[in-house]
Amino acid sequence: MGNDAVFRVDGLRKSFGHIEVLGGVSLELHAGEVTVLMGANGAGKSTLVKIISGVYDHAGGTMNLAGHDFAPSTPAEAIRAGVVTVHQNINDGVVADLDVATNLTLDRLSGSSAPFLFNPGRVRREAKAVADRMGLVIDLKARISDLSLADRQMVAIARAMAHQPKVLILDEPTSSLSSAEADRLFALLDRLREHQVAILYISHRMSDIRRLADRIVSMRDGVISGAFDKKPLDYEGAINAMLGRKIHLDRIVARNSAKAILKVDGLRIAEGARPFSLTLGDGEVVAVTGLVGVGKTALAETLFGVRKPLAGTMMLNGKPYTPGSTGEAIAAGVFLVAKDRGENGIVGGFNIQENISLPFHRRMSHFGVLKRRLERATARRQIEELGIVCRSEKDEMPTLSGGNQQKVMVARWMAQDAKLFILDEPFQGVDISARRDIAAKLRASANGRATLLFVTELDEALETADRILVMSEQTIVGEHRNADIDMDRLLAEVAGGPLHSAA
Amino acid sequence: MTLRDHAIRYGFIVLLFGLIAYFAIAADGFVSPQSAVFIFQSVAITGVLALGVTATLVVGGFDLSIGSVATSAMMAAAYVMVVLEQNAVVAVVACLFIGAAVGLINGWLIVYMRVPDLLATLGMMFLLVGLQRIPTEGRSIATGMTMPDGSVANGKFSDAFLALGRHRFDFFIPNLIPVSVVVLLVLAALIWFFLEYTRFGRMMYAVGSNERAAELAGAPVKAYKIWAYIISGVFASIGGILLAARLGRGDIASGNNLLLDAVAAALIGYAVLGAAKPNAFGTAVGALFVGILLQGLTMMNAPYYTQDFVKGVVLVVALVFTFALSGRGRR
Repeated sequence: MGNDAVFRVDGLRKSFGHIEVLGGVSLELHAGEVTVLMGANGAGKSTLVKIISGVYDHAGGTMNLAGHDFAPSTPAEAIRAGVVTVHQNINDGVVADLDVATNLTLDRLSGSSAPFLFNPGRVRREAKAVADRMGLVIDLKARISDLSLADRQMVAIARAMAHQPKVLILDEPTSSLSSAEADRLFALLDRLREHQVAILYISHRMSDIRRLADRIVSMRDGVISGAFDKKPLDYEGAINAMLGRKIHLDRIVARNSAKAILKVDGLRIAEGARPFSLTLGDGEVVAVTGLVGVGKTALAETLFGVRKPLAGTMMLNGKPYTPGSTGEAIAAGVFLVAKDRGENGIVGGFNIQENISLPFHRRMSHFGVLKRRLERATARRQIEELGIVCRSEKDEMPTLSGGNQQKVMVARWMAQDAKLFILDEPFQGVDISARRDIAAKLRASANGRATLLFVTELDEALETADRILVMSEQTIVGEHRNADIDMDRLLAEVAGGPLHSAA
Repeated sequence: MTLRDHAIRYGFIVLLFGLIAYFAIAADGFVSPQSAVFIFQSVAITGVLALGVTATLVVGGFDLSIGSVATSAMMAAAYVMVVLEQNAVVAVVACLFIGAAVGLINGWLIVYMRVPDLLATLGMMFLLVGLQRIPTEGRSIATGMTMPDGSVANGKFSDAFLALGRHRFDFFIPNLIPVSVVVLLVLAALIWFFLEYTRFGRMMYAVGSNERAAELAGAPVKAYKIWAYIISGVFASIGGILLAARLGRGDIASGNNLLLDAVAAALIGYAVLGAAKPNAFGTAVGALFVGILLQGLTMMNAPYYTQDFVKGVVLVVALVFTFALSGRGRR
């Protein structure tokens, strides 16, 4: 492994409006090495990738490729210079209705040197050359839409590699692959590593990272928060640098609960996952933490009736609980504040009042006719309760800040009493003061129900929960009472491996 | 509110009154009860269809089959009375059943077979246009017609049925308000109340605006979508009943303009009062707007063949009002 960096990023900055997304990122990639980039949602990974691949321009800092300045203004320019990116969404990289051969040579169809007429024979010859070089064994006449996701991705990577790039960037390439499919990808990456390609690999999957990483770089809040290249690699240290522990201003007093509200037994939420059990008590706030993609949302959706468990039983207040739909879950007193409010929560055409009343129309109507006065009174009460900053309950949602939008989502579900109150990533895209407000409100109102939070960032769990559960590979692997937590054990559980001392 | 907000909110209403004022001055006899009733009558059938399609627009869908549902219902009414020699009640029930069944199939295609709404209802439109011709081998239906097997159809439109299209209620002036106008007003009030004041209507808007959020708020999204298409189908079949009652026969060539006029009215409705979303009141105003425009032009002796062009211009202007000026264009 050479010490000279093939690709170097120095002091890269980027802001959207007045929000700084990258605050001076420096990064080196070496030929024949896989550098893994880790970072929670919103850490700035995607922005960094988009700048390197020429989608965004940058506001400050320099990039250097093999000794030359590198400042692509379009993705095509980045590719010509030798920096190729495979984006997260596999289907963005291929054209589903065309065959493999055409897909492999797609980028030669346009440009000034491309011939006017489409010559299938020549395309197939060129495609075969590309496929052979990459050791790709796929029927070139097959249509992309008939291929598995892994094969589609192989095609996208093979096409990218036809340019013989110096740098290959992969953005969460395994997020929709099975483990057998991922193994094929890894074999391909090993081959590229031998060809002295510098690879930047973005992932949350610890198994991928253990398999591939030569170096790990952690990102947090738009800066590099840790770089690890001494063998054996310090995985826990990398996770700690990414999720971090900041100084806690207000430590909470962990409560115990006497009365169980939800009892889950032998639950399996994914094929091949280990079953787990879980008890949530009255008045308790429990946080489930773990990396992205370990099954936190799947568990939340299982409890809320969006998906069915593969095995196991659920009991709510001593009665069997088998929700067949979200409506049944709500009727049983199980509420979910879904993650990604823009996608799953906010009804854009509705104002604050209408957004708050959305799940409880039945309880707010008389023979199907909505009681508007009750609806308005409820909205006003909830705006007051959560301290939502707005002019009135008739304000449109886009006029609110992210923190206040999230408060509306929480207010929606706190308008009625829950037995089990689930919040999936409730602090995503929320400023610190709104986050404090929401956490304080959750704790203050916790009595009479069980509260379950799903958070990726450890800080958020430590700030709000009485108990912290750790998820890894679609199951619960650890449990901690939020008082004198053994952080090393917790981080090891998040990393999904056996506890070994940090080297 | 800024001037721009006012323009978005009241622009179309002002345009409507401007239009009325212009015709009142320019066209003799435009301002009279008879003229008003004539306008209402001319928009009654397309208005009913437009209210139905509004329901599908609310859930974020679209129904292109309404025109052919209406003509199919018209043919069915004629067939039931003229060929099968049944009474008016049977005819009306048969029409409503056809509308509901087509709506159900549309909804099923879109929700469960995942056919995009425009394509599913376009397919249904072609299917119905063809289907309605099969029983009579492409002939229009009227009393005394010869059937494919050589027999003569002796049934006739019952008086009760024809009254739906021809009876007029007294309203200050004797014989003023036609039944179809009353039907339009009642249905408009019903659908307006349903969409604005009931929890079902509210949830339909939620489904149209953010389907996923509506589902996570406990709504049976699929059922709401299917019901929207059933509403649309039933309304279209009511339009067909009124059409049959007005014509007094099953005319294979009538109803060509129904789809375009109804869709235009519903889309113009987006611009009324700056709603920027499908709404019953807007749809009714939209239908009225088109009716007034055409009546006025007719009374000023504008040639009939310019009418489609004028309708198109109005529609395009209304869409610009909605999507560009208000800046919150969503369907």
